This record gives sequence, C-alpha cells and structure tokens, in this order.
Amino acid sequence: MRDMARMVLVLTTVCVVAALGLAKVYDLTEEPIREALRQELLRGVRAVLPPFDNAPDQDARVVNGRTYYVGRKGGQAVGAAFEAASPEGYGGWIRALVGVDREGRVTGVVILQHAETPGLGAKAADPGYLAQFRGKSLRSANWAVKKDGGDFDQITGATITPRALVKAIREALEAFEAAKTQIFTPGGEG
Amino acid sequence: MSAQRPGSLFFEFWKGIASENPVFRLVLGMCPTLAVTTEAVNGIGMGLATTFVLLCSNAVVSLIRSVIPAKVRIPAYIVVIASFVTVVDLVMNAYAHELHKALGVFIPLIVVNCIILGRAEAFASKHGVAASVADGLGMGLGFTLSLTLLGSVREILGNGTWFGLPLVGPGFSPVIVMILPPGAFITLGLLLAGMNRWGELRGRKA
Repeated sequence: MRDMARMVLVLTTVCVVAALGLAKVYDLTEEPIREALRQELLRGVRAVLPPFDNAPDQDARVVNGRTYYVGRKGGQAVGAAFEAASPEGYGGWIRALVGVDREGRVTGVVILQHAETPGLGAKAADPGYLAQFRGKSLRSANWAVKKDGGDFDQITGATITPRALVKAIREALEAFEAAKTQIFTPGGEG
Repeated sequence: MSAQRPGSLFFEFWKGIASENPVFRLVLGMCPTLAVTTEAVNGIGMGLATTFVLLCSNAVVSLIRSVIPAKVRIPAYIVVIASFVTVVDLVMNAYAHELHKALGVFIPLIVVNCIILGRAEAFASKHGVAASVADGLGMGLGFTLSLTLLGSVREILGNGTWFGLPLVGPGFSPVIVMILPPGAFITLGLLLAGMNRWGELRGRKA
C-alpha cells in the first residue's frame, strides 16, 4: 500500500512540474509564433501583389469561406491575394497563394506547401514555372495544361502536378470573380 | 556496458561520437535518420534538437533517479522526455520557423526516438549528473554528425548543393533518387558498411 501511494505521489509530482514548466514555455513562445506565422503570410503576399503600403493581413475579407488579403497603396486597392488549393497533387495537397490586380489579372503565384516528387513535380514550385501565370486572367487564357488543350506548360514526367495547380488557380480565380465587388467595395472601411 | 576505462567524463562523452555512435554503431533512431536527411541543414537541425532533449532528459533523469520507484520509472522518463520535446517544438516554431517547417512532424516524434529513452534507461538512471550530461552530449553530437554526414552525401549527389550552396556547374544532372526515400537507405547502407570495414581494420591493428 505504501509502495502504491509513493508511486502515485511521484508520478503526480513529475506531471505537475512538467505541466507548469510547459505552461510557462507556451506563454513565452505564443506571441513569437504568431508573429512568425504572420511574417510568413506577409512574405507570401508581398511576393504575389504589386507594391502596397498597408497591412493586408489586417485588411482581409472573408467571402464564401475564402479569405482575401487586400493590398492598398495610398488607400487605393492594388489587388488581392488569396489561397488556391487542390488535393489532387501527386503527393497530396498543393497550396498556392495567388495575387490578382483589380481586373482579375494574375500578378503572381507562390507555392505555400506541396509534397510533389523532387526533381519532377516539385519543379512546379520554381519561380520560372510560376511566371507563366503572370498577366493571365480567366478571360485571356484557357486554364488547362497544353496536353488538355489549354494554355499552360506541363512539366516533363509530371502531368498531374501542373494539372492540379492550374485547376486550383482557375477555381480560386472564379471564386474571386464572383466575390470581386464585395472584396473591393469601400463599405465598412470607414 | 563499456568495460574499458569507464568513469572518465571524456570517455563517456567520446563513446557516443565514436565507439557507440547511435546511428553507425548502435543503429538506433533510424526513423528520423532516414526521413529528414534530404539536406545537410535538416540533419544538423534535427541532430541539435535531439541533442538538446537528450542532454536535458539525461540530466533530469539522473537527478531524480533515486526518488523514482522502479515500477513507474518508464512513464516518469517519458513525461520528462515529452516535456523537453514540446519545449523544443515551441521554441523552434517561434525562432527558427523555416527549419521547423522543414522538419515538420519529426520534431514531435523525437519523443519516440529510442536513443533518448535508451540513454535514460541504460545510462542516466544508473550514473551521476556529470557523467549523464557527458553521455547525453556525446550521443547527441554523434547523432548530429551522423545525420549531417548522411544529409551532406544525399544533398550533394541528389541536388548538387551543400547547405544550399551550389557546388557544381549547370552541366551536373542530379541523382534524384538520392533525395527520395530509397536514397536514404542506399546511403545509410553504404556508410554503415564503410564504418564496419574501418572498424575491422582498426581492430586488426590494435
């Protein structure tokens, strides 16, 4: 019985001390982690939008479940950045951040996350490959890879990745078109 | 356990790097070894994170070894180890965000790295704090060096870079399989074979 009591006491003490220590560390790192995630988002937004001088993460609108980060210069909206994602990549989810100007022309694309094969599908994350989307809009291009009769390059040895990426961007652009007026209306900005 | 000249702190430290190297001699901790070594920098990051956990858990386990009843020692060790792993996870996420993203799920999985529980059970629970710290540091650095070596070989052959710096001209066509999972097995196998041969040759001379 005394043995039992001692085991319970020791394990409880170990757990309580560990919990207190972890609570302290969590407290200390909570703010830096949030800041690191914010900087990561802003780096992405900066890479896909024309120059802006506001904080797009605080100027975000959610329309139909999608978040749009609006970039402004001197108070004028220069464009919006939003996520395009597809689970149809060769290695699972591909997530990209797409920037468009007010007319819906793509100003830049960066890949946020992918699990494609290095050297094959992963080439879709190269800036050189992603540059082909710049200046294209839903109207000016046929959003499919060339193999499927569209306007965008596929990658030798990896058709699935570009197909998933192009489709994800097209769907995100369609959602943006439908939400455009709500995203850029000045209402609510006071 | 090591019978020759135990006790000296330097001996306890050095054995983790050479004669009892966790990767090349004990062949422990294979999961992170194979999974994260696509780049040299990932090897160093994973190695140092593991070293920190090993150092702290060895020190704490050694300190509390006399008050822990034998029957509950494993859960107590696991709580200690898991706590330090969580500390590493949070701190890395806050201050080395890119590396944290690259190592992903393998940071929380340090908890189940058998090197750490192995050292707590086989060494720290039977030795003083100084010797346990020396053992943890040696084992951790041995693990770090092994992962960095593996990562370097795979990154150079598979991507033509070392720590992200291009090493070869544009004419080089990378051996992509080296940064895919099979490359990890091939590289580890060849390095292990090389280490064994080297050990044999040295043993014959001595």
